[in-house]
Amino acid sequence: MKKQVKTALIWSFVIVMLFIMYVPILILIIYSFTDAKALGVWNGFSFELYKNLFTDSEIMGALGNSLILAAVSATLATVLGTAAAVGIYYMKRRKKSASEFVANITMENAEIVTGVAFMMFFLAVNIHYGWAALIIAHTIITVPYVILSVTPKLSQINPNLYEAGLDLGASPVGSMLKVVVPQLIPGMLSGFIMAFTLSLDDFIVSKFINGGVETIPIYLYNALAKRGADPTLRALSSVLFVAVLSVLIALNVVSAKRRKKAVV
Amino acid sequence: MPAPREKFDNIIEIKNVSKVFDGITVVDNVNLAVRRGEFVTLLGPSGCGKTTLLRMIAGFEMPTSGSIFLEKQDVTTMPPHLRPINTVFQKYALFPHLNVFKNIAFGLKLKRIPTGEYDKKGKPIYRKFTKDEIAEKVERVLKLVNLEAYGHRDITGLSGGQQQRIAIARAIVCEPKVLLLDEPLGALDLKMRKEMQLELAAMHKNIGITFIFVTHDQEEALTMSDKIVVMTDGAVQQYGTPKNIYDEPANAFVADFIGESNILSGVMKRDYLVEFCGAEFKCLDHGFGKDERVDLVVRPEDIKLDGKKGTLKGEVVSSVFKGTYYEMEILAAGYEFTVQNTVEFGVGSSVYLSVEPDGIHIMKKLKVVNEFDGVVTSENTVGFCGGEFEFINDKGFEKGDAVRVKIPFDKVELTDDEEDGIIGANVTQTFYKGTYYQVQVYTDNDVDFFIDTVDEWDINDRVGIKIRPEDIEITAAVESSDEHDGLQATEAEGGND
Repeated sequence: MKKQVKTALIWSFVIVMLFIMYVPILILIIYSFTDAKALGVWNGFSFELYKNLFTDSEIMGALGNSLILAAVSATLATVLGTAAAVGIYYMKRRKKSASEFVANITMENAEIVTGVAFMMFFLAVNIHYGWAALIIAHTIITVPYVILSVTPKLSQINPNLYEAGLDLGASPVGSMLKVVVPQLIPGMLSGFIMAFTLSLDDFIVSKFINGGVETIPIYLYNALAKRGADPTLRALSSVLFVAVLSVLIALNVVSAKRRKKAVV
Repeated sequence: MPAPREKFDNIIEIKNVSKVFDGITVVDNVNLAVRRGEFVTLLGPSGCGKTTLLRMIAGFEMPTSGSIFLEKQDVTTMPPHLRPINTVFQKYALFPHLNVFKNIAFGLKLKRIPTGEYDKKGKPIYRKFTKDEIAEKVERVLKLVNLEAYGHRDITGLSGGQQQRIAIARAIVCEPKVLLLDEPLGALDLKMRKEMQLELAAMHKNIGITFIFVTHDQEEALTMSDKIVVMTDGAVQQYGTPKNIYDEPANAFVADFIGESNILSGVMKRDYLVEFCGAEFKCLDHGFGKDERVDLVVRPEDIKLDGKKGTLKGEVVSSVFKGTYYEMEILAAGYEFTVQNTVEFGVGSSVYLSVEPDGIHIMKKLKVVNEFDGVVTSENTVGFCGGEFEFINDKGFEKGDAVRVKIPFDKVELTDDEEDGIIGANVTQTFYKGTYYQVQVYTDNDVDFFIDTVDEWDINDRVGIKIRPEDIEITAAVESSDEHDGLQATEAEGGND
């Protein structure tokens, strides 16, 4: 009897938590299918907001910028992060923990501090705010996440694998690319996706250094500041939410399949 | 013009090779020559340096000092991917992202072979293997390891034995000059291991490649090899044929490690006569000093048992049936002999033991006295091995004198509690010598101490070392004592051959 009460309590807690977390998003999505100006008013079902969204050149421009920035910086971060993970993994104990600590700083640091630091740094080295600054900053911010997702894969690798590549005649670089990197691809992929979504999402750092380049978060912020809650933003938020959610689900399905295959 | 191939030339020569990791000597001045086509096994307990030696031959580690030659060419610093040597790794190290065929083809795809033509500068032109050539070679080697239809299979779905065969196939398809095998059978179950032992030996005969095999399993080494290298503490103890090593072990360590044996301490009365356990035995050994203390080994199957007459009288302590013979522990003259006999003598019964002369193998004792260089630190203390010991100063040594310190093995006392001793040490080896144990310990300042004791100590025990003042013998240091040490060491080694 007591046990049943306990499970009932646990479940109701979970449900309440999920409700609080997801109901606002759900409401947003529902009301993105009506063209009422204010949230909470139902004017009948319509795709009007979506039509506005996809025809608004300003939003589409910002979306394009965000996607390009995320793709470029996530690619760079994946390459750099994987190389760093391999390097750190083979370091000796003390160097290793020092490097791990340093690599994690940008992840743990308050973003506002990172943003100000980048702003001053780019000013000092005379890099103009805009594309170059954004790409450099986003790459640096997301590299630690790639390192974090690649390192566990490294520790699963048979330590002789790299040597086996050398033994069979591959050069050190060749063995790394042909033997070690293929083992790291799942980790690199999840690192890439993490870096991609983090870059899409980033507002604080970008705001300091974007120059004239408008990404989606910056567009949203500016739009809200200038015009208040534009109903089109409901559709934009819904699209972003569904897009990120489907990527995450796809990632989970793929890794579950992989695990199943490894067990069989 | 390449020199004509001699049948028995040395394919690998290892000269004075040492390897030091973080101040610890793992391989200690090893010299070794491997003949073309032989199956050589590096045998020793874990941590004896055998794998490190193998990795230096493969090129994964560089010797701290010394050189390695492959077909008379110095390859000491040549990176592994340029050496015509392939390795079968302990845990196979197959590439999980490639199927069986692609795993085996990996090395072939990277290989360049001379076309027989030369460019304008007279350099030979190289080419890759064609797809058909690769396919043909892979098929052939899959046939050799009895996995013909497995080319398209995934690595992860294969059993341990199958993965092992693929690993061997992947290495030999490159036609290396030397094949290195690092405990390749360690992960297999007993039955599979026995099968693979025979298969490997057969494969070695068929393909004629030189094999260097690493194992800690003495039985495996005895069954498969042409030659065995017995190693401990990074040094080669003995190098010879399996029969040679079994019948004529160079020292107590080898005798103890290879097969079952009774290792005893004895005294050579004269040539062909040795005394142990209070009785005299005829033997085949000569050339020792009169009354020289020696180690000797008697194999369990070489002891004859008789109910009525014999050299030693003993009592059967235990008896176990081993399929074709009985293995009995027989207590005689304070030593527990292990004896194998086809006739059982019941536990508790009296029995006489005798040994034919060819059943006794005499080995020179390495040392019976610990010798160190020390410095007198006060009127009655001397410092050596990182500690200060009291001694009886009856020769008038003064503070600061450099001295030679000698302590017989049986005068060193080990204490359970490190604090009770003057210096601390770790037990590295123990041998039962009949009535006592010979214990080897390694002190904190890298010196080996030998102790003869009746107590049994476990390897890796932390102990203290204590010596009574009257047991420390001090003599003035010989000038250039380093040279003196060197000479002694070579003498001791020479005596082992």
